[in-house]
Amino acid sequence: MFDYSMADMGNIMVMQGFSGLSMFTVLLLMALGLAIIFGQMGVINMAHGEFMTIGAYTTVMLSKVAATYGFVNYYFLVAIVLAFILAFALGYFVEYIMIRHLYKRPLDTLLATWGLSLVMQQAFRSSFGAKEVSAELPEWMLGSFKPTPDIDIPINGVFVMVLALLVTAGVYIFMYRSRWGLRVRATVQNRVMAGAVGINTKKVDRITFALGCGIAGIAGAAFTTIASTGPTTGTLYIVDSFMVVVFGGAASLMGTIASAFGIAQAQSILQFFMTSSMGKVSTLLVIVGILMMKPEGLFASKLRK
Amino acid sequence: MSNTDFVLAIEDLTVSFDGFKAVDNLTMYIDKNELRVVIGPNGAGKTTVLDLICGKTKSTSGSIKFMNTELTKLSEHEIVRAGVGRKFQTPSIYENLSVYQNLEVSYPKGRGVWGSLFFKRSDAVVSQVKKIADEIMLTNFLDMEAALLSHGQKQWLEIGMLLMQDPELLMLDEPVAGMSAKERDQTADLLNKICKNRSVIVIEHDMEFVKKIAHKVTVLHQGKILAEGAMDKVQEDEKVIEVYLGH
Amino acid sequence: MNASLSKLVGGKQGAIGLALLAALIFVVLPLGVDIFRLNLVGKYLTYAFVAVSLVLLWGNGGILSLGQGIFFGLGGYGMAMFMKLEASDPISTKIQTTPGIPDFMDWNQITELPWFWHPFESLPLTILAILVIPALFAYLIGFAMFKRRVGGVYFAIITQAIALILSILIVGQQGYTGGVNGITDLKTMLGWDTRTDSAKYILYYVNGALLIGAILLSKYILNSKFGMLLLAMRDKEERVRFSGYDVSNFKIFIFCVAAMISAVGGAMFTLQVGFMSPSFVGIVPSIEMVIFCAVGGRMSLIGAVYGTLLVNYGKTVFSETYPELWLFLMGGLFIAVVMFFPNGLAGIYDKYAKRFKFLRKFSDTQPAEKVKATPVSDIKEMGVKA
Repeated sequence: MFDYSMADMGNIMVMQGFSGLSMFTVLLLMALGLAIIFGQMGVINMAHGEFMTIGAYTTVMLSKVAATYGFVNYYFLVAIVLAFILAFALGYFVEYIMIRHLYKRPLDTLLATWGLSLVMQQAFRSSFGAKEVSAELPEWMLGSFKPTPDIDIPINGVFVMVLALLVTAGVYIFMYRSRWGLRVRATVQNRVMAGAVGINTKKVDRITFALGCGIAGIAGAAFTTIASTGPTTGTLYIVDSFMVVVFGGAASLMGTIASAFGIAQAQSILQFFMTSSMGKVSTLLVIVGILMMKPEGLFASKLRK
Repeated sequence: MSNTDFVLAIEDLTVSFDGFKAVDNLTMYIDKNELRVVIGPNGAGKTTVLDLICGKTKSTSGSIKFMNTELTKLSEHEIVRAGVGRKFQTPSIYENLSVYQNLEVSYPKGRGVWGSLFFKRSDAVVSQVKKIADEIMLTNFLDMEAALLSHGQKQWLEIGMLLMQDPELLMLDEPVAGMSAKERDQTADLLNKICKNRSVIVIEHDMEFVKKIAHKVTVLHQGKILAEGAMDKVQEDEKVIEVYLGH
Repeated sequence: MNASLSKLVGGKQGAIGLALLAALIFVVLPLGVDIFRLNLVGKYLTYAFVAVSLVLLWGNGGILSLGQGIFFGLGGYGMAMFMKLEASDPISTKIQTTPGIPDFMDWNQITELPWFWHPFESLPLTILAILVIPALFAYLIGFAMFKRRVGGVYFAIITQAIALILSILIVGQQGYTGGVNGITDLKTMLGWDTRTDSAKYILYYVNGALLIGAILLSKYILNSKFGMLLLAMRDKEERVRFSGYDVSNFKIFIFCVAAMISAVGGAMFTLQVGFMSPSFVGIVPSIEMVIFCAVGGRMSLIGAVYGTLLVNYGKTVFSETYPELWLFLMGGLFIAVVMFFPNGLAGIYDKYAKRFKFLRKFSDTQPAEKVKATPVSDIKEMGVKA
C-alpha cells in the first residue's frame, strides 16, 4: 500500500470514503431498526435482513412500474414510503403471530426468526426468481460531481446519506421527544409499572417491533441505489448490522451511528488495499477483538447494577 | 488496619454510583457468634452493604476484613470459599432440581471443574444433606422438585444450601418475607439455633421477628449508621423513631 | 450394573435408549439400506456429533453457540489437510509447476508448502490437531467471553460473527485453503483407499462407535455433579457463583468439550465424504445444526441424534423432489419447534409415552426437561456486566 503518492492516497481516501458512505447508510438504517428492537426489547431479529430485502424488492418493482408509466424521476420517494409501510405491516403481523409468544425466551426468538428468514428467502425466490434484479435509477441520481478532476462523488450516495440522516433524526425525535417514545422507554425500564399506569405495553411492543422492521424496509430502498437485489441479499448485511449494534452499545443512538460509520469506512478503505474479503475479515476481527476486551460496546453508558 | 478479634470488620466503607453514595463511610464490627440485624427504611443501603461484603458490588473505598482477610480484593467465589454465605432477597434456588440435589450441589467439595466431574456421593455427603434437611424442616421433601415448595420452604431451602457450606458468616436478606406467622416462628427458632457456632447478619423489616432474634441491631439511614445497640435501646432512640419506626 | 457404569449410561432407562440407538446404527441401517445410502447416513451422523455437543452446551448449559460449524470445520479441515498432502505426492503431481504440493496451491502460484500445513504430514499430529486446535480455540473464545460474564444473546452473536470470519477467510485465502471449493479429491489415508465399499463400511462403523462414545462421555458429564451445576447455572447463575463456584471455568470447560466433540464429527465427515469445504463452517451450517438439536430435543442426547437423522432425511427427500418446498419446510420447522415443541421429539415422546407405561423406560431426557423461561429482568444481565 506504499506504492501510491500522497496525492493519490488522499484521493483514494476521499473516494473510498464516499463509497463507504453508501454502505454506512445501509448499515446505519439496518442497525437503527435492530437497535430499536434489540436495545429496547431484548429481542434478536434474525429476519431483519429479509425485511430490508422487502424494501429493496418494493423499490425495484416500483421502478419497473414507473418505467412503464413514465414517472421514473419521482418514484423513488414513493418507494421509500411504500417500502416502509410494507415492512412495517409485515413486522406488525409477525410480532402478533410469533414474537410476542417468545419475549421471555430471547435465544428461542433468535432461532424462530431465523426460520422466518428462511421462509421469506424462499418466498422471494418463488415470486421474484433467483436472479438478482436492479432498480432503474432516476436520471438525477445517476451522475456524479467532481470537486477535483481526480475525485468522483456519486450523487446517489449523497442522496441516500441525506435520507439516512433524516430517518435517524426522525427516530431520535420519536424515541426521545414524543409521547410514543416515552411509552416505549417506560415499558423497557419497568414493564409492570408501565402497564399499571395505563400504557398498553403489548401495543407498544408491537409498534416498536414493526417500526424497527419498517426502518429496515427503508434500508432496502437505499440499498437498491448501490447494488442489485436478490433473494439472499439480506443475509449479506445481517451479521454486520448486529456487529454495529453490539459494538455501538445497544441502547445508544449516537453509538449506533458512530459504530456504523466506523465499520463501513474501515471496510471500504481496507477493501481498496486488500481483497474485498480480507477487508471484511480484518474489520470483523478487530470488532470481535474489541468486543472481547470491552463487551459492553464502545459507547455504552455505565449502569448502576 | 490492624488485625482484630472480630469476625467481620467493616471500616470507612463507601460506594458511590455516579456520585450518589449508597453506602457512606460505614464502619461496623460483627462479633463471633453474634446475630446482628440491620434495619432501615427502603433505600438505606442495607442490601448494598451485603452486596459489598459478598463481592457482588465493588466498593469505592474502605475495607472489609473477614477474619482478618481483606475481602474487597477477592472475587465472589473466593469470598464464599473464605467462609461467607449469602441469601438473596427473593428465594434463589434451583427450581428444576430436587431438594436433595439443591443441597448436594451446595456441598463444599468438588468445587473445581475436575473436582465436580469426579465428585462421589459419599456417605459423608448424604448424612450432611440429611442433617441439614432436618434442620430446615424439609426432610419429607427431599425428592420433591424445588419449584413445588411453598414460598416459605424455598426460603428455608436457600438457608439450608448456605448451611451445607458451613460458613463462618451467614448473611440473610429478608429471610421471612412472604412467610406465615407460624413459619416466622419456626424461622426464628432456626436462626437462634444456627447462630450458635457462627455469626449471622440479617436484614429484616418485621420488628416482631427482629425482637425474637437480634443480639444487636444496626439502623442504617442514607448509607450511614443512625444507631446501633440492643433492640430496646434502639427503639427509644429519637432519631430512629423519626426516620423509621415512627410510621 | 455397578454404580459408575450406571452413572455412565444414565441408569436402566438410559441404557435401553442407548442400546436401541446402537442397534439402529450398527444393525438395522446397515442391513436395511445399500452402501450408497449408508454412506449418506454416515454423513448425517457426523452432524449428530455437533447436535450432541449442543445438548451439552445449549440444552443443559443455556449457552447458545451459533458457531459450532467453526469446530466442525476445524476438525474436518485438519483431516482434509492430511489426506490432501498424501494425495499430493511428487509423483502424482509431477505435471504441476511445483510438484509435491496440493493442486490448488499450484494454481495459485504458491511454490512452497505453507508452514501451518507441515504438521499435517503426520497422522498422529493430525489427530492431535483435530482435538487440540478446536479446544484451544474454544478456550480462547470462552475465556475472553465468560470471564467477562458475556453470555446469552451476545455470545450467540459473537460466535456467529466468528463463524462468518472463518468462512470468509477460508474462501478468501484460496492458495492456502482451497477457497470456496474446499479441499477435494481426498482418496487415501496412509495408503488405505477410503472410497471402496469395504472402507465405507468400516468408516461408518468407526463413526457410529465414536458417536456412541461421545454420547457416553456427555452422559457421564451430565450425570456428574458438573451436569447438575450446569443446570443450576442455567437456572440461577448468581446462586451458583455465591455458592463458591467460579462459574466461568465451568462454561469454558463445557464449551471446549463441545468443540472437541464437534471437531471429531468434522474429521469423520471428511473421511466419509472425501472433501471439506467452507460451506460447513459458516453461519448457515452452524445454525442448521442447532435446529437438528432442537428438533431432537435440546435436553436429550439420544434425541439429538434422531433429530439430526430426521431433518436430514427430510432434506434429502424434499430437496430431490420439491426443492422449492424445502426451505419453506425447514423454516417452518424452526418456527414450529421453537414455538410449540421446545423440547423437541424427546419432549413429545416423554409427554405421550407417559400414557403407555411400558414405553417410559426408553426415555433418556435429563431430569429437568422443562425449558425455563428467562425472566425479562435477566435479559440485560445475560448480556453484559456493566
